[in-house]
Amino acid sequence: MSQQTAATPSGPERISQLAAKTTRVKTKLSTRIATAAALVIATVWTIPTFGLFVSSFRERELIESSGWWTLFQNPGFTLGNYQEVLLSGSSSAPQLGEYFVNSLFIAIPATLFPLVLAAMAAYAFAWIKFKGSSALFVMVFALQIVPLQLALIPLLQLTVSFLHPLMGAIGDAVPIIPDQQYLPVWIAHTIFALPLAIFLLHNFIAEIPGEVIEAARVDGAGHAQIFMKIVLPLALPALASIAIFQFLWVWNDLLVALVFSSGTADTAPLTQRLAELAGSRGQNWARLTAGAFVSLVVPLIVFFSLQRYFVRGLLAGSAKG
Amino acid sequence: MTSLDLLGKFLQFATGLLVFAIVVALILFLLDRGAKAERTSLQLGLFLGPALALLGIGLIYPAIRTSFLAFTDRAGEFNGWDNFVWMFTQDQALITLLNTFVWIFLVPIISTTIGLVYAVLIDKSRGEKYFKMLVFMPMAISFVGAGIIWRFMYAYRSANYEQYGLVNQIIVSLGGEPQQILQSWPGNTLALIVVMIWIQTGFAMTVLSAAIKGVPAEQLEAAELDGASAYQRFLQVTIPGIRSSLVVVVTTIMIATLKIFDVVRTMTAGNFNTSVVANEMYTQAFRAGEPGRGAALALILFVMVTPIVVYNVRVLMKQRQIR
Repeated sequence: MSQQTAATPSGPERISQLAAKTTRVKTKLSTRIATAAALVIATVWTIPTFGLFVSSFRERELIESSGWWTLFQNPGFTLGNYQEVLLSGSSSAPQLGEYFVNSLFIAIPATLFPLVLAAMAAYAFAWIKFKGSSALFVMVFALQIVPLQLALIPLLQLTVSFLHPLMGAIGDAVPIIPDQQYLPVWIAHTIFALPLAIFLLHNFIAEIPGEVIEAARVDGAGHAQIFMKIVLPLALPALASIAIFQFLWVWNDLLVALVFSSGTADTAPLTQRLAELAGSRGQNWARLTAGAFVSLVVPLIVFFSLQRYFVRGLLAGSAKG
Repeated sequence: MTSLDLLGKFLQFATGLLVFAIVVALILFLLDRGAKAERTSLQLGLFLGPALALLGIGLIYPAIRTSFLAFTDRAGEFNGWDNFVWMFTQDQALITLLNTFVWIFLVPIISTTIGLVYAVLIDKSRGEKYFKMLVFMPMAISFVGAGIIWRFMYAYRSANYEQYGLVNQIIVSLGGEPQQILQSWPGNTLALIVVMIWIQTGFAMTVLSAAIKGVPAEQLEAAELDGASAYQRFLQVTIPGIRSSLVVVVTTIMIATLKIFDVVRTMTAGNFNTSVVANEMYTQAFRAGEPGRGAALALILFVMVTPIVVYNVRVLMKQRQIR
């Protein structure tokens, strides 16, 4: 179409141009209504978070005596809530700083471990031929949908009987490390992430052109080399998006943390501490709003800076599921 | 937090990563050794072994154990169907089941609908990227964070005071009485469902928006030439074109909703009749010292997802046959 418009319009083309013009007017009008409606939805979706954000900077008395939307009638900004929530020395204060460190030290390994193991398994499913490959793969896929809840009780028993003695020994050998360690949480997250990660990575790795891998094989490369030098670099976009997903999932998790972490400042992540605060001091909004925002900062940074990959991973998962 | 604590934590973190790196390096090193004849099985063992072993120990074995556990009492003795009888006869447990059904009915339908409408509204509009970002953002927020955000939205003060919860402020300015939204059933369950819809709509919107862009433009143009209105084109061309994505979105949200736990826990802790199966399972198994009842609830959860599992496995098998 666009190439033809340069030429002088003759009869039928002229009509179609006119038609296009009226549609354009119509679409412009409906676009305006659509945009207005979209704006309403977008606003409704953003207001709750925005309100929390504004409130976290207001003085305690103000939060609890006036709505955050009266910001300009009742001004007063403070960083005090954050200071109290993060750094306060008293034992009754939330001291989220410690839990923040826990969240970070839980989430990074719990993202890397399953990702590497899943990539290896996905490679085996895609490029090593063996009997029962399909059946095994379907089984792994089906495991994805087994509710976590079904595995919790026995897995916790296993942890207590096998991991706790080990952790005790580590704690005795290196006194700096407390008896309560991240190990059970790492392992639990790794296990629960595997089915989905294997499935998604397999979809991606299986699409790598066979010739590329054949060529490497002819050149005498073994599986280890092919995996390291060809498959991993080519699967990087998929790895990145799954990593983001897994990181957010682990960072945001509460259930696994409640069951497998000690619940103390030694290992418990932010979410667990926040849930506790919400329960025991449910009405202290100065603390809760600032605390909630502290827990949101990292996921929001990850989300806004890596959104492209994040969405891509989502689409890869859904289009093929 | 003392710097010694921090050092201990960092030491665990670094050691964990180091040990893992050594294990992986060892696997890769061993992979292409060994006699040629045994090579394939060795390679399979090394590459698949760790993942499968973890799945066996951490998912398959526990799932089987839980199924047996569901038929035992708190002392670990076999007690037949008692736990299930309890589940289907106690008022409290029945409300929990009812709530769960309301959740898995409303959340997928409403969030998919809003997500779809929104995706259509912003399709090809200026600033589409930013529109998407705003609605998608709650996906990045933890359920605990979302719970706190919405508890603040629903916050209540008696009518004599100025409200600081936005929802009650709106009710008051419309001339109503402020409500203790989270304390009376079934309104409170609906209020919690709103939170889940708020979170999941972005997911539905993103996937459906991509699907809409995949509908061939020629089909839409052909329909337009045939005189179909925008609404008709949407119903008769777009919707059929994105049907498979719709199914994926609805099932994914349904599964996520079935397992929902954190929202209920943070907002009401399951009080005031708001509990759902996943939350009750945690309470029974880890708080009330009734692992048998917890296991029974987990089993019910599994039974509820099974049809979805079967459906998805079928789709997958079909796809693998095509390949």
